[in-house]
Amino acid sequence: MGMTITEKILAKASGKSKVVPGETIWLSVDVLMTHDVCGPPTIDIWKREFGSSAKIWDKDKLVIFPDHYIFTANSHAIANVAKLREFASEYDLPNYYGPGTDRYKGVCHMALAEEGYNVPGTVLFGTDSHTCTSGAFGMFSTGVGNSDAAFILGTGKIWEKVPESMLFWFDGEIPPYLTAKDMILQIIGDITTDGATYRAMEFAGPGVMSLPMSERMTLTNMAIEAGGMNGIIEADELTEAYVKARTSKPYEIFRSDADAVYQSRYTYDLSKMEPMVAKPHSPDNKDTVRNVQGTRLTKCYIGSCTGGKLEDFIFAARILFGQQVQVPTFIVPASTWVDQQLDVETVNGVTLRDIFKKAGCQIGESSCAACLGGPSDTFGRAQDEEVIISTTNRNFPGRMGSKKSAVYLASALTVAASAVKGVITDPRDVM
Amino acid sequence: MEKVIQGKAFVLGDKIDTDQIIPAEHLVYSLSHPEEKKKYGHYAFSGVPLPESGLPMGHIPFIKGENHLSDYSIIIGGGNFGCGSSREHAPFALQVAGVKAVIAESYARIFYRNCVDGGFLIPYEGYEKLNDKIKTGDELEIDLAANSVKNLTTGQEYLLKPLGSVVSIIEAGDLFEYARKTGMLQG
Repeated sequence: MGMTITEKILAKASGKSKVVPGETIWLSVDVLMTHDVCGPPTIDIWKREFGSSAKIWDKDKLVIFPDHYIFTANSHAIANVAKLREFASEYDLPNYYGPGTDRYKGVCHMALAEEGYNVPGTVLFGTDSHTCTSGAFGMFSTGVGNSDAAFILGTGKIWEKVPESMLFWFDGEIPPYLTAKDMILQIIGDITTDGATYRAMEFAGPGVMSLPMSERMTLTNMAIEAGGMNGIIEADELTEAYVKARTSKPYEIFRSDADAVYQSRYTYDLSKMEPMVAKPHSPDNKDTVRNVQGTRLTKCYIGSCTGGKLEDFIFAARILFGQQVQVPTFIVPASTWVDQQLDVETVNGVTLRDIFKKAGCQIGESSCAACLGGPSDTFGRAQDEEVIISTTNRNFPGRMGSKKSAVYLASALTVAASAVKGVITDPRDVM
Repeated sequence: MEKVIQGKAFVLGDKIDTDQIIPAEHLVYSLSHPEEKKKYGHYAFSGVPLPESGLPMGHIPFIKGENHLSDYSIIIGGGNFGCGSSREHAPFALQVAGVKAVIAESYARIFYRNCVDGGFLIPYEGYEKLNDKIKTGDELEIDLAANSVKNLTTGQEYLLKPLGSVVSIIEAGDLFEYARKTGMLQG
């Protein structure tokens, strides 16, 4: 019996020739990533448990991207970043990307890709549920809490239960009115927020492999929204080119065997799919944009690790070119690199930044920003009974700030089209 | 590990995500500072919309006034309890508020791991839906040896799913104690 790509990577990382779903294994971790919300408590637990002789198992494998609460006057948030800075200085950490310096990168999941930490065939753990994003590079990646991260920090090891795999196969090529966000919202709606709990979500087929890396990352990013342990896409020439341009680390490409066993298989035809939304208050509350079009909005938001990548802004700029937004519209680049590209990338000869400014959008600095609400002075945060359409990944009650607000999740195309009309709008109506 | 956990039930619905357990704006506080960490208890379940807080009637705050300790120490949840973010602040907040155990239909993976590996509380799964049978304020008694919960208010008793392979970590206290016990860590 064959193995899936996830099983093969976990077998390698646990020093076994074969693993089977349900088996508990101990993994050797290739990269541990943390940030300003979970880094400080992780360090505290590590010091408490390993004592004065606490040693970081491998400094080269620890990566710290402060990204959550960066542009805030909240004194506790500032103290957390200061704690990370002191820790990095005390232990002379090579992979600390401090805010306020030219090393600051923005949202960790985007930065992991840009800085060459996503390497096919490896195992990456992070203190953030969206760590599953890195699976777009043919690797195993998943989120853990502070105690697990502290254990890894001291030992380089962690236990995991080998997941069953689910296969999501996409036929056809993606039409211009659809994005990876529509694909993943469709899946989450179909299988619900716990449809993949403790399972691997493997995305495959010509419709997936024709996507650029940042769109593949949108698929794997939201595996956790269906409860998935990890999302994964096999590496191909595009992946290799992306990785080689950023790191000289060795990589290994794994592929699922033809006779690999899947818990379930889903097949989608991209030519038959519709622009999708997740209605308030759950990512699985799916509907077509058509069915909710005309819903009045108070705010539009394009940002986050799942919806603030360069492709998302190109999608938005195609619609916002020469238009005026009818409701306050917030643009938050996922990374400082994406932010720089707003001045480089053009649509109809105009830079993305100019298109957004002329359309009346507000552009914020790279960070997690209002995707998860954050301190009260966070850029774009939901206030009172707002109705928001957003390219972010969660819309549980209060996720973007106010408990009274209602959030629709959608693609950058749908959000931009809705910004132009002031009501939820199908992108096909303005393209 | 305690053999019996007794306490009042606080009942919630399905898909109680980590933002409802501890809203993200509060994640700035220290988890190790003895005074500051009490804020996590104070804000526990403050993200749950009031009509769904303390079922079946709702409108029952989990924490009264300025307290950080709750009157309720056993949580009865529905499906996919703890979904959403990886924040260990969630089970930590419940522990600070005095919660000893959660009984839900199912859990999100990271929340479940955090409960066990951090030694914060015991995450039990029921064989049946219990959040429509137990009421907020009912006095419960969990028997850990028998894997059962008795509703002392109504006399009803329900079997719970055994804790499975993680029971050795729960019995040890947390992942670090387990690793010391099994020789993986020294000291």
